Amino acid sequence: MKWARATAIAFLLLVSAACLLANFIAPASYAHQFRELPNAAPSRQHWLGTDDLGRDRFSRVLYGTRVSLLLAPAAALLSSLLAALIGGVAGFAGGWLERCVMAGTDLFLSLPWLFLLITVRSLLPLNASPLVSVLITFALLGCLGWAGAARVICADTRVLAQSDFVLLARASGSSGFRLLWRHLMPNLKPILFAQFWISVPVFILTEANLGILGLGVAEPMPSWGSLLRELESFSTTPNPSWQLVPLVLFILVVSSFHLVLTKEELPV
Amino acid sequence: MKNRVLVLLVSLFTIGALAQSGGELHFCLRSEPKTFNPLLAADDASETVRYLTGGVLVRVNRLTQDLEPGLATAWKVSDGGRTITFQVREGLHFSDGTPFTTDDVAYTIQQLMDPAMHSPTGDSFRSAEGKVETKVLPKNRISITFPAPIAGLDRLFDQVAIMSSKSPQKEMAVLGPYYVWENKAGAYLELKRNPNYWEKDSSGRPLPYIESVKLDIQQNRDIEMLRLQRGEIHFINSLDAEYFDKVASQDPSMAHDAGASLDSEEVWFNQVPNSPLPAYKKAWFTSTNFRRAISEAVNREDMARIAFRGHARPAIGPVSPANKFWFNAKLQPHPFDQKAALQLLTQDGFHLTDGALRDHEGHPVEFSIITNAGNKYRERMATMIQQDLAGVGVKVNVVTLDFPSLIERITSSFNYEACLLGLVNDELDPNAQMNIWLSSSDTHQWNPSQKTPATAWEAEIDKLMRAQAATLDPKKRKEAYDRVQEIAWQQEPFIYLVNKNALSAVSSSLHNAHPVVLRPQVYWNIDQLSLTSEVAGNR
Repeated sequence: MKWARATAIAFLLLVSAACLLANFIAPASYAHQFRELPNAAPSRQHWLGTDDLGRDRFSRVLYGTRVSLLLAPAAALLSSLLAALIGGVAGFAGGWLERCVMAGTDLFLSLPWLFLLITVRSLLPLNASPLVSVLITFALLGCLGWAGAARVICADTRVLAQSDFVLLARASGSSGFRLLWRHLMPNLKPILFAQFWISVPVFILTEANLGILGLGVAEPMPSWGSLLRELESFSTTPNPSWQLVPLVLFILVVSSFHLVLTKEELPV
Repeated sequence: MKNRVLVLLVSLFTIGALAQSGGELHFCLRSEPKTFNPLLAADDASETVRYLTGGVLVRVNRLTQDLEPGLATAWKVSDGGRTITFQVREGLHFSDGTPFTTDDVAYTIQQLMDPAMHSPTGDSFRSAEGKVETKVLPKNRISITFPAPIAGLDRLFDQVAIMSSKSPQKEMAVLGPYYVWENKAGAYLELKRNPNYWEKDSSGRPLPYIESVKLDIQQNRDIEMLRLQRGEIHFINSLDAEYFDKVASQDPSMAHDAGASLDSEEVWFNQVPNSPLPAYKKAWFTSTNFRRAISEAVNREDMARIAFRGHARPAIGPVSPANKFWFNAKLQPHPFDQKAALQLLTQDGFHLTDGALRDHEGHPVEFSIITNAGNKYRERMATMIQQDLAGVGVKVNVVTLDFPSLIERITSSFNYEACLLGLVNDELDPNAQMNIWLSSSDTHQWNPSQKTPATAWEAEIDKLMRAQAATLDPKKRKEAYDRVQEIAWQQEPFIYLVNKNALSAVSSSLHNAHPVVLRPQVYWNIDQLSLTSEVAGNR
């Protein structure tokens, strides 16, 4: 499976490079409406054709991928850090604090995510620019996505806290934050990495779900969610096959993340 | 247009000789009816059942838009619009055989106006506090007196299906062309031909021609389309532009575009004085020049062509040209003219600096448009407005919200700047729009529930709307409502964008279907529809 992992990494690097260089590669602005050419088939001008408003689909795919691919890992990092902090402290402290924190986490897990996101999204200021809206959307995902990972980390921390090397560290005078930071955290890294890599595709999917509901990134900025929404009119569009490009790319990227994750070399 | 109506009328009269009786008509409902009580019908499915089963005293002909006799052969409005007297047909029976009398009309009116009933149909008749009096008169006549005059009173009876006061079947005993035979909750509804239906065709054959109607509950539009293509259903009453084009590309003879409908899409600015908006934005939104400039900077032709794939018309004002009598034909669509828009803005002290428009205090002109998430047409229109207004240096943020949040903002917190929504219009009479135009109304959307009109033009609209409602003279009413339309055109509290076309798909096996712009578009003449002999035989 080494080749699969290598291919996945190469693919992710290629996609990341393409979307980072979108300003140079994209033939048109992702927002400009070529109103004489709505739903156009691929041409020299528009390599993947245009969408229902005449916007260049290739440019939108590039910029949309950039949004989803950059911000989903950022949101995953935020949620992993929150999970490490909350789960780590609860597992390390044990006793009533752990029980309280885990009860809170369970309560958080039982909340209907999507509705919570929709509610919070509707409370945001209306005059947020598309860039701010995209940052807020992913920040929300990051802030709401820590609970599952926190349980795993708490359980792991509890086991580590009772291990011999921690006992030795305690015996040699280590305690409190130093014990947590110097002795436990390095041993929690593999689980934190795993949680991070799991969260990235989950957040991409969640943003896509929000986008499909029309509640993701604001127009005209594209994201995978808004690009996938085009498929709603797949059966009635004149050139539908090119609408599948974002979907194919989305599947390939999410699969690549999983291939990277499941490799033995990964610190799982 | 007149010729077209004439041809259709001639074909309606001659169809009797050619029509094939029998068969089962199939079409889909998007949801199951919430009630079979015709007085409580509010959802589309219940209204469909009401239309197919309910007998009404008078009926609006959906093609000519004129009022025609139904269960009543004649009627007269008197007492300044407070009283209506009907001459009711004799010897009719409900579907279960119960005789129909004027007592049934009195009973229906009593039920309709009963406050405990909460009838949405009854709301149209509630012009003032007080009791409605019904008087059964000799020779099959009945008079109904309301506490205050109601303009367009006779047309309102198009929605009132008469119920039996004596039948043990209660609301299931009907006077319309069909009655409910079987209701399989969540699956289908089957209607059978009413053997006691009163109407006959020109050659004396009893109507309706079709023996039964099966209404399948189907939410999925793709499946509905597939079923139409397979011949499993005979029509789709209302289509959106994409599906219509798909039908037209596969079988042009099935696709029917009846032209601009009564429905409109519009944008309005929040002009509520105590809304939580900064004072300078309130000043923009209450400026007529600002609203007109925004209106002229928006390309409605493009909107109709791209967002609706050509199946919409640039809107002119509150009344669609489809409303033949009430539309003010003197009004023209607002032109797309960004230079003129900038001139109007300059008059109010706005100026362009580095491609960005600023007001006289230097605030950059930026506002958000909210619309409901999931409506792709509105999202497209909002995005097109965003690009159009960028041409005059205005920055627009498009915000899609779930519907409850949007309603909360526009009706309660007033925490929004501009809103894009549509108005579904079923009624031709201006009285139906009273709640929108009166400044005291809570659905006077740009600035609701005003104690006194905030502007002179709103005061004039209030006066004109009340004047047209208080007179029975159609000419005077038209004059008043024409003026309302002119004021709305000049002031643009609503920036009307497009009128969507009435689109439908009809199988060639269904005869005498002439889709129109008024609901129900395809089956408005249900009693005159017939199926081809093969289909009628097979079913």
